[in-house]
Amino acid sequence: MIEYALLFAAACYGAALLLDLWRIAVGPDSADRILALDTMVINVIALLVLYGIWRGTAIYFEAAMLVAMVGFVATVAYCRFVLRGDIIE
Amino acid sequence: MPFFAELLIAIALVVSGIFGFVGSYGLIKLKDSVQRLHAPTKATTLGVGGVLIASMIYFYAKTGYISVHELLISVFLFLTAPITANFIAKAYMARNIGEKDLPQSSGAYGWSIYDDAPESTPGEGRPAE
Repeated sequence: MIEYALLFAAACYGAALLLDLWRIAVGPDSADRILALDTMVINVIALLVLYGIWRGTAIYFEAAMLVAMVGFVATVAYCRFVLRGDIIE
Repeated sequence: MPFFAELLIAIALVVSGIFGFVGSYGLIKLKDSVQRLHAPTKATTLGVGGVLIASMIYFYAKTGYISVHELLISVFLFLTAPITANFIAKAYMARNIGEKDLPQSSGAYGWSIYDDAPESTPGEGRPAE
């Protein structure tokens, strides 16, 4: 039962990644692209945790934590660049 | 693993998968940029929370220890998602909304997006208003 639930959740998050990629491709504004990229980061975190459950190891949480931190910093840096034209003033 | 734990894990996984898909579906379905900001920042964060809850139940049922990694990730995400949404809204305002379209701000220094930060000399606390 857990295997089928894992497959269903992974399929949902894979389809969500494709929709985010579509939004990145069509835009139209840079705020949309930043938002879609941030959503992609969150979906990748969910996929990493799902893969960790599927393999039965707890080693993927460190990877998920790193992806969460790097994604947050990247989103904030991109927004700063759009806002001020400079990231660290 | 007991059947009850399996049932809980399966329900959490299915519900969180639906939430994650709905968040990204809203990203392509809604028509306006500021409307689109609503779907992923809430629904997708909830979906990841569901996956992390399922992972906590799974490893507790498997090993008997309560793991704290998942709590770290979920607390980090729940703290940073509003900051991210605020920054994206500010970026949209800076590119698409002029200062004339906004009401007068109640502070002494105006809007933080369009006006520079107030100058302060080192050694003082707050600048005199």
